[in-house]
Amino acid sequence: MQAYNNSADEIIKKSSIDETDKEMYRSAYKMTIENLDFWYGNNKVLHDVSLNIEENKVTALIGPSGCGKSTFLRTLNRMNDTIPGTRINGIIKLDDINIYTGIKDVSQIRTRVGMVFQKSNPFPKSIYDNVAYGLKVNGIKDKNLIAELVEESLIQAALWDEVKDNLDHSAYMLSGGQQQRLCIARALAIRPEVILMDEPASALDPISTSKIEDLIGILKKKYTIIIVTHNMQQAARVSDYTAFFFQGDLVEFGATKEIFTRPQKKKTEDYITGRFG
Amino acid sequence: MNMKELKFKQKSRLWEFLGEKFIAVNAFVALIAIILIFIFIFKEAVPIFTDPEIREEVTLGKMVFKQEFYEGRDAKWSWQPNSEVPKYSLFALFIGTLKAAIIAMLFAIPLGIGAAIYSSEFAGKRMREIIKPVIELLAGIPSVVLGFFALIVLATFLQNLFGLTFRLNALNAGIALGIAIIPIIFTVAEDAMTSVPRSLREAATALGANQWQVSLTVVLPAALPGLSAGVVLGFGRAIGETMIVLLASGNAAIISANFVDSVRTFSATIAAELAEVVFGSGHYSVLFFIGSLLFVFTFIINFSGDMLLTRIKSRFQGKMN
Ligand SMILES: Nc1ncnc2c1ncn2[C@@H]1O[C@H](COP(=O)(O)OP(=O)(O)O)[C@@H](O)[C@H]1O
Ligand SMILES: [Mg+2]
Repeated sequence: MQAYNNSADEIIKKSSIDETDKEMYRSAYKMTIENLDFWYGNNKVLHDVSLNIEENKVTALIGPSGCGKSTFLRTLNRMNDTIPGTRINGIIKLDDINIYTGIKDVSQIRTRVGMVFQKSNPFPKSIYDNVAYGLKVNGIKDKNLIAELVEESLIQAALWDEVKDNLDHSAYMLSGGQQQRLCIARALAIRPEVILMDEPASALDPISTSKIEDLIGILKKKYTIIIVTHNMQQAARVSDYTAFFFQGDLVEFGATKEIFTRPQKKKTEDYITGRFG
Repeated sequence: MNMKELKFKQKSRLWEFLGEKFIAVNAFVALIAIILIFIFIFKEAVPIFTDPEIREEVTLGKMVFKQEFYEGRDAKWSWQPNSEVPKYSLFALFIGTLKAAIIAMLFAIPLGIGAAIYSSEFAGKRMREIIKPVIELLAGIPSVVLGFFALIVLATFLQNLFGLTFRLNALNAGIALGIAIIPIIFTVAEDAMTSVPRSLREAATALGANQWQVSLTVVLPAALPGLSAGVVLGFGRAIGETMIVLLASGNAAIISANFVDSVRTFSATIAAELAEVVFGSGHYSVLFFIGSLLFVFTFIINFSGDMLLTRIKSRFQGKMN
């Protein structure tokens, strides 16, 4: 229980941190990944991946299907812990905390590193309750604070104007694109520092997709974003850094502009020019 | 390039047509059978409403309201169809049925739902593979065996435990009934919970919810229609189940709020009395009237149970994308 109260306090605290305070806490990298190996049972799917994630930037993970992008992403908030038989080796740090060995309760990481999934997955609850969910399970009881954070999150997710009169309607009344923005708002509500997005627009129509992309550009002012995408144009449009994965190896990592104009590796070039994948 | 011509086999329209009709007829026969059964049962109950001779003895009012059976004595509800003055108060049987069913539900709901939550949310894969078949095996025990067990073993145990006057009573029958409906509640509820999509559990986990919170705040609410369906279907079985209550309840039509008094249920009454009743008598008609009541009642209950199940299915399939 202690752990939840802690994170609840953190959320309250964070919601009142202003930009200048945040500037002071800024360290070189928001997350650092060193020599990461990952196994499903005996199947090793990530090989010695090292990568630094810069704060308030968008880092895109690209690569052909099955190369380990989602697996890598899910090690960053320990979602793979929920899959039996998985094993991890290496170091992943959030600021200076080792997220696998340096915390008492895994929820301490998941409240700081939020996640948006490929298929929108709102709860069969009202729009309001969807956004408030993360606050409630982390022990926040102050109704006014919850209401405030719900509104703020929906505004940040560019959904407020569309739903403000129907907050008590079921989330399933929303369109696919709206549902995905609701899931983003739900992730924002607990004021994470990092947001992981696993192909967040792959199931959406072009208009909804561009709304999500615009949103990412705005959100990176406040959050550090790591996004998996199989859409090269999307990576080029939204990201500052790009990591190219191939068969579980991190082949190349660098500024998005560099990767897309002057890739260093042949594999990368082949992939982004559409020769395979 | 020279393409080979592909020859597709023409599908036979005739067989398709016949197959379709055959299946339709099957479905239709089942429906007709249900309707015919109801008509037959209800037909035997009709004289209560039409036959003047039988109406001397029994009417709807006499079955429902308190009656002054002997001059000068207090009006009361009483089930004594074979007495000098036949008494047909269904209310006494209704209370008995309800008492046994309520105890059964109080016993079976926590156990059935609890086991379902454990199996779906907390048990490991191997544990689940043991729990599920074992509980479902319970459903295969013939009810006469459960009734016999309650009559011989459970009744003595309960009597010693609580120091009861009557060995056979509502509590005893209710618990045995409960054992019979645990598998129904368990199976339906477990199904509903495991059908809650993994993506919903992941969403909650990613927001920092622990396993208990995921189960209680996401899975259970999402599966609620399924849990209710399990409870409703279990209740239907508790009302209609005959052999267990016949053997274990004591079969005395006592109206009281005391759960360790004997009770007589609708179903056990039919089973006990129909064999000896005079064909075409008032008593005969009343038994068929009870049968019609049970029929309608369980039909409605099962129907609402099915409705709830449809709801949970559409909940996850409908607008889920
Ligand atoms: N839950 C799982 N259990 C076992 N193997 C998995 C699981 N999820 C993914 N994999 C395997 O790990 C590899 C990487 O998959 P994934 O990370 O989903 O790739 P991507 O997201 O790049 O398409 C694939 O070979 C896939 O088959
Ligand atoms: Mg993937």
